[in-house]
Amino acid sequence: MDQGAVFRALADASRRRLLDRLLAKNGQTLGELCQGLDMTRQAVAKHVSILEQANLVSWQRHGREKLHFINPVPIHEIAERWIRKFERPRLSALSQLKKRLEGEDHD
Amino acid sequence: MTSPAASTFVYVTFIRTTPDRLWSALTRPDFTKQYWFGMHQETEWKVGSPWRLVFPDGRTADTGEIVELDPPKRLVLRWRNEFKPELKSEGHSRCTVELEPVGGAVKLTITHVMDRAESKFIEKVSGGWPRILSNLKSLLETGKTILDV
Repeated sequence: MDQGAVFRALADASRRRLLDRLLAKNGQTLGELCQGLDMTRQAVAKHVSILEQANLVSWQRHGREKLHFINPVPIHEIAERWIRKFERPRLSALSQLKKRLEGEDHD
Repeated sequence: MTSPAASTFVYVTFIRTTPDRLWSALTRPDFTKQYWFGMHQETEWKVGSPWRLVFPDGRTADTGEIVELDPPKRLVLRWRNEFKPELKSEGHSRCTVELEPVGGAVKLTITHVMDRAESKFIEKVSGGWPRILSNLKSLLETGKTILDV
């Protein structure tokens, strides 16, 4: 997945707000997502489509309705790439300690 | 199938691999242990077979049954927690795993549903899946996992 698309999708405050709404209540229709927002349905649809292309929103057909879900996997991949790296020395120190305390066979 | 009050998540990742390799990674214990916090699944991989998710020390984490099986495209599991009473009491969830070739990659979709609002089980597993999926992606694309498991 193109991480550029993820960053571009997240760069917009309205799109982050839509993700927040899905985090609060997962599985919403476009109509539900529009409720109480100061945006036209068309604008929301466009933002949702950008979020879908970045794989930040997944969806499922539920009868005649299309339900939208937040997909945190790309954000997690960014965290792994940019943050986990700094944790590695600590993690490997821990696993070495575990090996020493428990013996090699408990790797 | 699912009521509007159900707790659901739908996680999607794209992995540069083939459906067959991804299917092996999802089902073979030696593969699974490498990205799934050291855990593996025990089942005969037939529709109706019992299914068990096993901790590295051999204890049972979760149990269930194979509901649908269509390698290397689709797997549906009935899935219940066994080690936390408050999660076990919620009963069985349904986990659907779908593989779809897209360009040079495979789109992997995991849909996990519990037929009740605000399921604690769904909250719990939804936190684990992104880690499992990025580990799986890393293992298949680079041969290494990100997390020490």
